[in-house]
Amino acid sequence: MKKAIVIFLLAVFGFFLAVTFLDPEFEIDRNRNGVKNVYLEKTVSELGTANTVTAIVVNFRGFDTLGEVTVLFLAATALGSILFKKRHHIGDRTVLIPASSIVSAGAKLIFPAIILLGAYVFIHGHLTPGGGFQGGTIIATGFLLMLIAYRDFSISHNILSVIESFAGIGFVVFGLLGFMNGGTFLQNFMGTGVLNDLISGGVIPIIYILVGFKVAAELTGLIYTILHEKG
Amino acid sequence: MQECTAVRSCNLGIKTLYFSMDTTELIRIGVYGTSILLILIGLYAVLTKRSLIKIIIGLSIIDGGIHLLLIGIGYIKNGTAPIFSPGSENAVARMVDPVPQALVLTAIVIGFGVTAVALSLVIRLYRHHNTLKIDEIKNLKW
Repeated sequence: MKKAIVIFLLAVFGFFLAVTFLDPEFEIDRNRNGVKNVYLEKTVSELGTANTVTAIVVNFRGFDTLGEVTVLFLAATALGSILFKKRHHIGDRTVLIPASSIVSAGAKLIFPAIILLGAYVFIHGHLTPGGGFQGGTIIATGFLLMLIAYRDFSISHNILSVIESFAGIGFVVFGLLGFMNGGTFLQNFMGTGVLNDLISGGVIPIIYILVGFKVAAELTGLIYTILHEKG
Repeated sequence: MQECTAVRSCNLGIKTLYFSMDTTELIRIGVYGTSILLILIGLYAVLTKRSLIKIIIGLSIIDGGIHLLLIGIGYIKNGTAPIFSPGSENAVARMVDPVPQALVLTAIVIGFGVTAVALSLVIRLYRHHNTLKIDEIKNLKW
């Protein structure tokens, strides 16, 4: 009975969604009046960045990204405080079962490659698809693999918090440097260079690399906290 | 056969409609349809399932559907990625809308944070009540 009501309500909701989005009129002048063309034009002429999405995330909407990074930090903090327990080893059960030798041998082989790929993705964030968030996540998956493969693989929470704090502070400092160079918060004050060079786009790659470090440290800490949670 | 680009503007039979539609039109409807379907599946899981883990999986499915919908809204016909890589500097007119993509990038990260916090709450509840079924956790009633 309850399920029938739910299915009925969902059908009504889905019908209205479909009417809205499958309507061909919806397509027509959506792209003409948007903010898209301004972004596409200014990305090349003012910022010298190849990837428009990166330019929006780090520069045009850089302040929002600072908020986003803060939300991620808040999630990691909340997770730590919810799962925190004083050290008493009464119920020392853990979710980790020993990995097979194939997994542990393969993990050792593939771990440096994952880290390298993650670093590549966030260093080239202003040229190719990718960036700090994606690269940081790739690095965190590498650490996840190591944590699954080796039960005694441990990461120091202190080092993680140091990396995270310095990356966060660096973001804010580079934002504030925009003020000192006669502009606004997160102003792109460095020379933009040649389009599609590795060192181009001014302050954008630096900030995205910092974001990459921060995201990698935060996600690794998050995974570590959940995996080593003891009841 | 008469010209027919938009789905609604022609009163042909369903079979002719199918063959006279553009492939991009089909893809567009497929993407919107899939995303709406994902949102509905996720909502169904959230509303009817009893296990907390399944509810969180439902939330993640809703997330995925909304991301797909936003990315689909940004698509234009024969569009390319909004990246000025060598060889496509002059393709500005064909570039898809970068704004929803930046938005979805944010949304994915926030969704990850929400999932992580929700899972940690579930772990805590499980340790306290030794069950994941929400109707067996009586303290939640007020």
